[in-house]
Amino acid sequence: MSALDETARPLPANDPGVPRKRGRALPPMLRHPAVLAGLAVLLLVGLAALAAPWLWTGDPILLRPRLRLRPPSEAAWLGTDAFGRDVWSRVVYGARVSLAIGFAVSAVSVLVGLTIGLVAGYVRWLDAVVMRIMDGVMAIPSILLAIAMVTLSGAGIGTVIVAIAIPEVPRVARLVRGVVLSVRTEPYVEAAIGAGTRLPKLLVRHVLPNTIAPLIVQGTYVAASAILTEAILSFLGAGIPTEVPSWGNIMAEGRQAFQIAPWVILFPGLCVAATVLAVNVIGDGLRDALDPRTARGVGVR
Amino acid sequence: MGRFILGRLAATLPVMGVVAVIVFLLLRLAPGDPAAILAGDAATPEQIAAIRARLGLDQPMLEQFATWIWRLVHGDLGTSIISNQPVGRLILDRIEPTLALATSTILFAVLVAVPLGVLAAWRHGTWVDRAVMGLSVAGFSVPVFVLGYLLIFGFSMQLRWLPVQGYVSIADGLWPFLSRLILPTLTLSVIYIALIARTTRSSVLEVLGEDYIRTARAKGVTEARVLRRHALRNAAIPVISVIGLGIALLISGVVVTESVFNLPGLGRLTVDAVLARDYPVIQGVILLFSALYVLVNLSIDLSYLLFDPRIRY
Amino acid sequence: MGKVVGKSVGSGWPATLGLLAALAGTAPALAQGKPVTIRAVMHSGLRITDPIITTAYIARNHGYMIYDTLFATDAAFKVQPQMVQDYSVSDDTLTYSFTLREGLKFHDGAPVKSEDCIASIQRWGKRDGMGQKLMEYTASLDVVDDRTFKLVLKRPYGLVLASLGKPSANVPFIMPKRIAETPADRNVPEEIGSGPFKFVKGEFQPGLKVVYEKNADYVPRKEAPSWLAGAKTVKVDRVEWINITDYQTAVNALINGEIDYVEQPPHDFLPILKGASGINLVNFNTLGMSGMLRMNWLNPPFDNAKVRQAVLLAVNQQDYLDAQIGDPDYMVPCLALFICKTPNATEAGAPKPDLAKAKQLLKEGGYDGKPVVIMQPTDLAISASLGPVTAQALRKIGMTVDLQAMDWQTLVGRRAKQDPVSQGGWNIFHTFWVNADLLNPVNNVGVNGRGKAGGWFGWAEDAEIEALRNAYALETDPAKQVDIARQTQERAYTIGMYFPTGQFTQPAAASAKLSGILEAPAPVFWNVEKK
Repeated sequence: MSALDETARPLPANDPGVPRKRGRALPPMLRHPAVLAGLAVLLLVGLAALAAPWLWTGDPILLRPRLRLRPPSEAAWLGTDAFGRDVWSRVVYGARVSLAIGFAVSAVSVLVGLTIGLVAGYVRWLDAVVMRIMDGVMAIPSILLAIAMVTLSGAGIGTVIVAIAIPEVPRVARLVRGVVLSVRTEPYVEAAIGAGTRLPKLLVRHVLPNTIAPLIVQGTYVAASAILTEAILSFLGAGIPTEVPSWGNIMAEGRQAFQIAPWVILFPGLCVAATVLAVNVIGDGLRDALDPRTARGVGVR
Repeated sequence: MGRFILGRLAATLPVMGVVAVIVFLLLRLAPGDPAAILAGDAATPEQIAAIRARLGLDQPMLEQFATWIWRLVHGDLGTSIISNQPVGRLILDRIEPTLALATSTILFAVLVAVPLGVLAAWRHGTWVDRAVMGLSVAGFSVPVFVLGYLLIFGFSMQLRWLPVQGYVSIADGLWPFLSRLILPTLTLSVIYIALIARTTRSSVLEVLGEDYIRTARAKGVTEARVLRRHALRNAAIPVISVIGLGIALLISGVVVTESVFNLPGLGRLTVDAVLARDYPVIQGVILLFSALYVLVNLSIDLSYLLFDPRIRY
Repeated sequence: MGKVVGKSVGSGWPATLGLLAALAGTAPALAQGKPVTIRAVMHSGLRITDPIITTAYIARNHGYMIYDTLFATDAAFKVQPQMVQDYSVSDDTLTYSFTLREGLKFHDGAPVKSEDCIASIQRWGKRDGMGQKLMEYTASLDVVDDRTFKLVLKRPYGLVLASLGKPSANVPFIMPKRIAETPADRNVPEEIGSGPFKFVKGEFQPGLKVVYEKNADYVPRKEAPSWLAGAKTVKVDRVEWINITDYQTAVNALINGEIDYVEQPPHDFLPILKGASGINLVNFNTLGMSGMLRMNWLNPPFDNAKVRQAVLLAVNQQDYLDAQIGDPDYMVPCLALFICKTPNATEAGAPKPDLAKAKQLLKEGGYDGKPVVIMQPTDLAISASLGPVTAQALRKIGMTVDLQAMDWQTLVGRRAKQDPVSQGGWNIFHTFWVNADLLNPVNNVGVNGRGKAGGWFGWAEDAEIEALRNAYALETDPAKQVDIARQTQERAYTIGMYFPTGQFTQPAAASAKLSGILEAPAPVFWNVEKK
């Protein structure tokens, strides 16, 4: 469930298909304080994930049933959950899993979608078939598809990643295909085809540069929504194995104790919100920086 | 144009065919056995095998698929394995709360989000814009169920203004109906509002940059009139299309919202059916949702004809 | 009145009006008020309405609403006549003769006859474990007249009345003959019994809502109610079972007065419910429930008795209870397989945690370090917490564990597989039982030793324990039965049939408007009043 679908629509045919220079787009974006803050949050979470064992954490899966649902204290900074596990340790280690899921889902869906989109855009006879399949996948509600895939094929991080990624693939594929179709008709591309440029070279030279910007933006939104979707799957009982600490898992397990032990759900909740917010803000910043249309809008007033 | 509509309608058929194949394969290739569920805790393997045979689950997969499609074409969605009720009836029983929730969410979201988005675009770069955009990004960042719990905790448990859960048909009174729909609608519409507000903002911004707006402004047309006559009308298309795309998002949200607020709708029916491996019900509901999605998007495509005189098919 | 009720199907106004009209016809005093309705959230949604084809507790509870039983167990574990007026046993203990009470009627108006009872017992005897055993020893079941029938045994059998008065799943409920003739693996086509409530078919939404109305024709016994025996007097007009899957929501709805009763609020909510005004916690099932750790005897490493024993020595009951229940008020540490504070209770043969010995046994058993698959049902709160505790205990003695999260129904499907782990099989799962189902070697499926031929999931196979169970079934002297039960338990622990993860009680939460909730091993709604 890509939240921000507006960027996923195939670009209209009149879109300027001229390749943009990538390097120039980033610096102005960095001047935006919100984007800077987003990058800082993401960096912090990423560092915490990498350094998890050295951040005064214990074993995130060690059960101490006798110490269950203890409020935050010196011994357990963020309290303990219903199994007496240390919430701080779980939240810090959870950053690893949640970030990995966000990254992996966006990488998988972008790569698969890119491939499908390129193939569909270039190989005419495959186009109709592939795109009908993509339409079909898109028509199935993504959460239901994901629940069905996870419950039916067994809960594991890999399954969850694939289950969240698959519904995102058609959107990426459509986006890429749209770019391919519009680029094809550009005079310089037709000229290149006429000059006998081979397909791989054509793709790398002319199509990829045009897709990279929107794909990066799309990728950030996919990553953000994947972190949320993972939480929802856990909530519905179709998430990753419960021992593995992920923010979604911690919240899903802690929701039962929401009113008597709010700390269990509060801290991972804040982490999810902050991280997803950060990724979305960065995505917005990228889009504004990479999309000349909104940039023109800025100049109006 | 009639031919165009017919053509588009026909084009939805292969899509639905693809959905049918995907759903069927997904269910049958996966482990889990409705017969074992039916047989219960103390069942022996022989009892389970007997039930499997009675349900036709021991038939070759292609044959099961053909049987299902054959019945489907004849308007028969099949019978629930678990409760023995026709799937069509189960869906009819459950469709009202889902429709009510989806409709109220779309209405509420559009009523709130479009003005917000226009406001943000109009006051582009000011604190109003930043506030609207900030809130809308925040709307994407909270898990739906956490939001639902918070609203219940605040409005039902602390303030005691609204009921916690349940659904009452509109036939049984307007207030009982509405009062139980308010919190789920709020919960579900947050993400939708965020989505529509952002799209509205960016498309209005885009339109405001067009030459004819500059011309209008230069001719001395008032700002309000510029917004109403030109910007809104031309910004409508992306907004409408995002509403259509958002249907998928809405259906996903419905599943969670229905279980938090105990609404007896289609979302819960599906989750229950997945958990019980009630194949005919899962197939029926997913097919229905997909058809809905396809039809909504089809009618949105058609509505472009109304909103954009430049589009001619 | 029958006609009016017959019309009141469907939901919304027509149904309410129909019901009001119906009430106006029978109970003028109630005519001006709304029907008195109890709204209850049960532990699960009712989907399968046949309490004979499934052992699901929700179907059993449904059975107690609409059906009646020939015999019933009272609070002193004595079997008392319920539909039966008189019964006699011949001197050779081979012939039982039963006479039904007068005035018993099914909900379709037909009188309850001997042939209905015989057909119902026969159908139940095809499904239920104790029923199968009873049928094995039965020579014939014959109609004497409309209200009298005879059961003739092939040999003396000690559990005839205990079987017919069995309190928990599957209960031999009595249905009309035409319905009891439904094949024993198919859901009954109609929900018609002779019990204190009637099933309102038009308002039934599988998995969501079940509606019962008072059976005005029901004639309760004269004796005071005790457990499942005695008078079943209905004191409300309607009972609605609503399924709310999210307990947070259910508990909030109860506190907010939208519902009247929650059967199994998770223990973590009890402090909130205790603190809320207008809510009572009612411990109706004082006998309680028990968790069970079950190993699969077909797959390594648990095909080896030494490894199974190592597990029994590695686990600690208190850890399970702490993780699962938390509040000492509701946990009952107890290693008696046939339940503490009941006739067969004993701690004979129970293991004491001993990690050193466990490690040694594991080595002797030749455990090769392959991961052990534990299935964890994450959607069933009460069983979900057991898996991680076992995982930790096994890791402590050096086993490798693969704790796999799944939903309960996946678990149910997968535990039926006898295949190796690599082909979708399993090693360990946990479940829980109402203690009434564990009281003796015959009805406790955990000590069934028949292996792949009729054994329970895990397929424990042991000839010695089967001999003991048969001896228990045939023994008519209660004192000797207790001794056989002790031997069964010792043997079960020795060969590692299962580990009891502890007993606990599960109070229901009820609005203070409800009174007269009975103690029983199943939630029953007769005798309950609503102000």
